[in-house]
Amino acid sequence: MPYESILRFLTEYDGEKTTIMEICGSHTAAIEHNGIRSLLSPAIRLVSGPGCPVCVTVSAYIDRLIELSKRPENVIVTFGDLIRVPGSGASLSDAAALGADVRMVYSPMDILTLAKKEPDRVFIFAAVGFETTAPVYARLVELSEEDGQKNVRLLTSLKTMPEVVDILCSSGGEIDGFLAPGHVCAVSGYRIFEPLAEKYNRPFVAAGFEGNEIMAALYALVRLKGRGVVRNLYPRVVTAEGNTSAIGAVSRIFEKGDASWRGLGRIASSGLYLRKEYERFDAGSRGLDRDRVAEGCRCAFVLQGKETSTACPLFGKNCTPSSPKGACMVSGEGSCFNAFQNSQNGLDGGFRP
Amino acid sequence: MNITMAHGAGGETTERLITEIFMSAFQNKELLRSGDCALLPGAERIAVTTDSFVVQPVIYPGGDIGRLSVCGTVNDLLAGGAEPKYLTAGFILETGLELNTLKLIADSMAETAREAGVMIVAGDTKVIGGKGGLMINTAGFGIVPEGREIGPEMCRPGDALLISGTLGDHHAAILGKRMGIKNDIVSDNAPLREMVETLFVNGIRVHAMRDVTRGGLATILNELAKSSKVCFELEEKALPVSESVHSFAGLLGLDPLYMGNEGRMLFSVDEADAEKALELIRKSRYGENAARIGGAAETHGYGTASAPSVILKTLIGGRRILKALVGEGLPRIC
Repeated sequence: MPYESILRFLTEYDGEKTTIMEICGSHTAAIEHNGIRSLLSPAIRLVSGPGCPVCVTVSAYIDRLIELSKRPENVIVTFGDLIRVPGSGASLSDAAALGADVRMVYSPMDILTLAKKEPDRVFIFAAVGFETTAPVYARLVELSEEDGQKNVRLLTSLKTMPEVVDILCSSGGEIDGFLAPGHVCAVSGYRIFEPLAEKYNRPFVAAGFEGNEIMAALYALVRLKGRGVVRNLYPRVVTAEGNTSAIGAVSRIFEKGDASWRGLGRIASSGLYLRKEYERFDAGSRGLDRDRVAEGCRCAFVLQGKETSTACPLFGKNCTPSSPKGACMVSGEGSCFNAFQNSQNGLDGGFRP
Repeated sequence: MNITMAHGAGGETTERLITEIFMSAFQNKELLRSGDCALLPGAERIAVTTDSFVVQPVIYPGGDIGRLSVCGTVNDLLAGGAEPKYLTAGFILETGLELNTLKLIADSMAETAREAGVMIVAGDTKVIGGKGGLMINTAGFGIVPEGREIGPEMCRPGDALLISGTLGDHHAAILGKRMGIKNDIVSDNAPLREMVETLFVNGIRVHAMRDVTRGGLATILNELAKSSKVCFELEEKALPVSESVHSFAGLLGLDPLYMGNEGRMLFSVDEADAEKALELIRKSRYGENAARIGGAAETHGYGTASAPSVILKTLIGGRRILKALVGEGLPRIC
């Protein structure tokens, strides 16, 4: 089907009001970068889901990182996004400005190089992520084990998708279809969404991250509304069964357990934790449940697609990307951050040129 | 509040630091113009600018801190409409720095200064304890010819926007080297005197110029829009980005619109002169990939919710608002 026809359909659509959730944070960012909202009929509404790893991290996790960073022997190693997320009080960035040793890397494997260089210090990786990043952490643990590297730890906040999507479907949200996360599907296989599609009679479409790929997936979702099917529109990367060697590595190192999600509370069996035989690598990841959010912050509802970012009383006033109150305003994949970027002064997220 | 890396990244946090601390302490009307350099009254108008260079590593693909310290300051003078004349150079050397490295960097400065047609007329050296690092401050002086009126507040609705080459190369070259990612990206660091002068010699009506550095094109356009009270519209398909930088940025979740260069100039020129200007830039040294990327338009109700400063028409026909860089331009994590 030519792109022009897809575009015309989505622009001129005047059927029943349809709400589609993009689960993955990379899709949230891609939707903003491609200006996709400006192309859709007002009858098609996009809402962001809980697929930005930083956004769903509870404050207790950040607090634990900061506490660890205060010991002089510890070095916190992290991806960039996490640095500015506020815990119950401060962020890692604040801790670093006061002298904590916090280092930003682009790949978890960099921690091995750092740890070899300074054997007297303990390097703790802030291992936040979903099914997509878990295999890399699994490999990191295996390599540390093989090298006999004794000064590497992980503070994990690893979560899996199907359980949280189940909660979203059952809690009575008005979501008509899901743009399934392309990277998660690549690792786990698109089949993981089949039980949910059938149970709740809603379509899931696996999509890539280019503008036209997302548009094609939105077209399919509007067309499939009301049908419990899974479609794969990202076949160059996604298969039914996923990447079996990555799945194997994750299950060797990690086991399932309950996990707390920012704003959503504890969700049974939605987390991954280091297995008992690898617990020496763990910097205290279990039981991090406490979740204190800033007063008035609506992140919890935004993450479930129940409210838009702009409806939050803090949005654009007390909460901006340079002074974020909630995690959704920090990450480049966060719903609030993207809504803010797409509004001139933070007061009008619904900009349609 | 403490200083964080975001204060040095060239985005909104940097702007606030400058406005709230330095501008308010040193305020005078020359500083308040917020241009790339100050134009001082006198017998002639003297352009003055200063910049410090702290890049690591000091030698990187396509250049080094010496070449950079000349290009950065010369290009700032050019962006102010000046003919660059003199530089000063202050060196802060850390103990442990290899003399051979310093020699190489000094030679590179000299060669770049010759190319840019400026003299390094004063200098200073200090040594501090450290790990073999090196920082350079250069101040630049130039003369603005009689009758030349250009500045960040001079963009007009209807102007064409031209960029002198591909986006993000310097940023990607430095980051790639730091992270040990194998690639073929080299820095674009270059003095752009020949390019800029050819426009003036040929009578192109240049209204404003900006050196596209920290914060990238998107941030710089936001600043220009604010100074000139116009808005800009860009075409994504017209933006020049090399294949290598495109993949590199994709890999790390960076956006070339927010990545810095050190040898690219953005021109806002009279629409009637746009084609001729583009041809001249393309023929000049470092300008072969120049492109016309959009234009300036009237803004209705500046600063209100419905009046974005910079809009990008995306490849699939969508419209995206480009704001100034926020924070450090952090990479995505999954």
